[in-house]
Amino acid sequence: METVTVTMKTQPVLFLEADNISPDAFAGKTAADIASLHAYEGREQTTLGKYFDVSGDAGATAADTRIVVKGDVSRVKYIGMKMSAGEVVIEKDADMYVGAWMQGGKLIAKGSVDAFAGIGMKGGELLIEGNAGNYLGAAYRGDWRGMQGGLIRVKGNAGSDIAYFMNGGTIIVEGDVDVHVATHAEGGRVIIKGNAKSKVGGQMVEGEIVVFGGIDVMMPGFKFVKDEELEIDGTTAKFSLFHGDLGERHPKRKGQIVYGKLYQKI
Amino acid sequence: MTKTVSDVICPFCGTLCDDLEVVVSDDGKTIVDVYNACAIGAAKFMHAQAKDRVKRPRMQQADGSYKEVSYDEAVEYTAQMFAKAKKPLMYGWSSTSCEAQSVGHEIAEKAGAIVDNTATVCHGTTLIAVQDVGIPSCTLGEVKNRADRIVFWGCNPTHAHPRHQSRYSIFPRGFFMNKGHKSRKVVVVDPRVTDTAKMADIHFQVEQGRDYELLSALRVAVRNEKLPDVVAGIPKEKIYEAAEILKSGRFGIIFFGMGVTQTLSKNHNIDEAIMLTKDLNEFTKFSIMAMRGHYNVTGSGQVLGWQFGYPFCVDLSRGFARYNPGETTSNDLLRRGEVDAVFVLGSDPGAHFPISSVKKISQLPSVCVDPHITPTSEVSKLHVPVAFVGVEVGGNCYRMDNVPIDARKVVDPPEGVLTDHEFLTRVNKRLGELMGAA
Repeated sequence: METVTVTMKTQPVLFLEADNISPDAFAGKTAADIASLHAYEGREQTTLGKYFDVSGDAGATAADTRIVVKGDVSRVKYIGMKMSAGEVVIEKDADMYVGAWMQGGKLIAKGSVDAFAGIGMKGGELLIEGNAGNYLGAAYRGDWRGMQGGLIRVKGNAGSDIAYFMNGGTIIVEGDVDVHVATHAEGGRVIIKGNAKSKVGGQMVEGEIVVFGGIDVMMPGFKFVKDEELEIDGTTAKFSLFHGDLGERHPKRKGQIVYGKLYQKI
Repeated sequence: MTKTVSDVICPFCGTLCDDLEVVVSDDGKTIVDVYNACAIGAAKFMHAQAKDRVKRPRMQQADGSYKEVSYDEAVEYTAQMFAKAKKPLMYGWSSTSCEAQSVGHEIAEKAGAIVDNTATVCHGTTLIAVQDVGIPSCTLGEVKNRADRIVFWGCNPTHAHPRHQSRYSIFPRGFFMNKGHKSRKVVVVDPRVTDTAKMADIHFQVEQGRDYELLSALRVAVRNEKLPDVVAGIPKEKIYEAAEILKSGRFGIIFFGMGVTQTLSKNHNIDEAIMLTKDLNEFTKFSIMAMRGHYNVTGSGQVLGWQFGYPFCVDLSRGFARYNPGETTSNDLLRRGEVDAVFVLGSDPGAHFPISSVKKISQLPSVCVDPHITPTSEVSKLHVPVAFVGVEVGGNCYRMDNVPIDARKVVDPPEGVLTDHEFLTRVNKRLGELMGAA
């Protein structure tokens, strides 16, 4: 695997849209080719080379390419957007849309990321070592397909509206989350190791939410079913199972109504 | 001898009353009196007569004082600002005509701007929810003639849309509603005992920020599923009772306002309310409608919608339309420092935005187009006074139920004062020259 290092040298005055920082766009290119790839600052079309020092050539394919993003990229959006293979490592905090519409490969953000990380994600692995913003693994506006596959793991906390319209894949948040978890979900699994606030699983049709900590206010449409012992992400413990959201439509399968499942650790 | 202009449209709130009578002086230059309007609407007409009205553009000087400039200079400054900016914000649009909005959008396309209207701090969340789940709605005429179940959720029309209840929602005798308010049941959901709540048959004093739970509970009740004993501070018996009342009507309507769109859960509240409406349609006819604030904020959404496909916060910086509330909404852009020029027309962010956003406006090249002196005009580099739409110039406007109504001109604007449309057309022409040359 070949490694390309991009290091921030000139900060944008506004924000930089750098959707070309992805193994798919870099594949088969030399450092000079990569520096001439497009980036946008407002309505101005510029090049990555104006803002970044690029060193190292990319591999022949996306899968053979590893990108290391160095320096302060807190004003750079869309890093790793639509990546399908390979690896991206962001060493400091990044702005919005990290790993948005990601399809494969691995993206490691060592700092925190802003909102819309991993929206519409289809596959691959997104690891965020700091905190994540709002709309983590959610649907893009108006889309009824949120996260559909892959894995997102956040070591810190996450914001509100995570897993909005989720219908596949897994999100693990090791810290706390803000309001609205898996609203409108039709599948997938969200694991929260810390606490949740309220509106957990509102309008949920199918899918699973596991909360290790407390939930400030339960949605009125969740009914207690039974206690169960489960092994979740390496931890075996007893959980209370709730079915919901009873206010929402639910499909029938094999004569049984399918509900969204909310597990809370006892 | 004075003369009376009848059937005047009121350019204040989204109710867009169309039965005003305005008495003008013999020479047709001054408004003497306004009939049929509410206090706010009448004040808008009378305010246009103010003797101390600003009649020429004003440029802010380094010491904070103002220097009068010509419209030519104002057009030049505005066009230059757009030509130099990488990502200008064009905010407002709710208190002007659709014709002016359309010219503004031409400028936005040339300048690669972001066009955002007041929905961003108002019913923008409603628009997100509508995009997510659709909306079963109707016109205000249907409400007047048919509705026997009226829900006001998080809104206070008695003060914000003063003639809404008498013209459409509670009191009027309609075709199938010949007993007026006696044949209607009114439910108000509001944490405060407002003047609207005082007229209700049922008032739910919901806990603040728990509208989403209460809406969800109503959906559970409509489906006859089990509820916890108390939801959002309301006992479950009351919720089941309210669900029964809603189900038993012939035609119901939910009106909602800022109390749900801009409190905790925002778009999810509306999403859930729309889904409740959809559920109630299993039992009876039910509709839902946003209580839009400015008289033509609906029109701004309509014009943006047919031109770019999105109803607010449209980002044209990359030459095609993008939209994502949370990123391309005015306050996020200003707070995060994503824009480098601000153009405000037909709105007053200075009075309504958080101070962090207003500070940014004051630091950037900025133009405020507004007939009045407002907090925004005071922080902007250039203030361009224009004629009042609906008073001094006509134009198309959309009522809160998406019905287009042509506003009428009643009197002439002060001599030499341009309309929004004229000013924008001149800026557009000049910008075309500048961008073509660049």
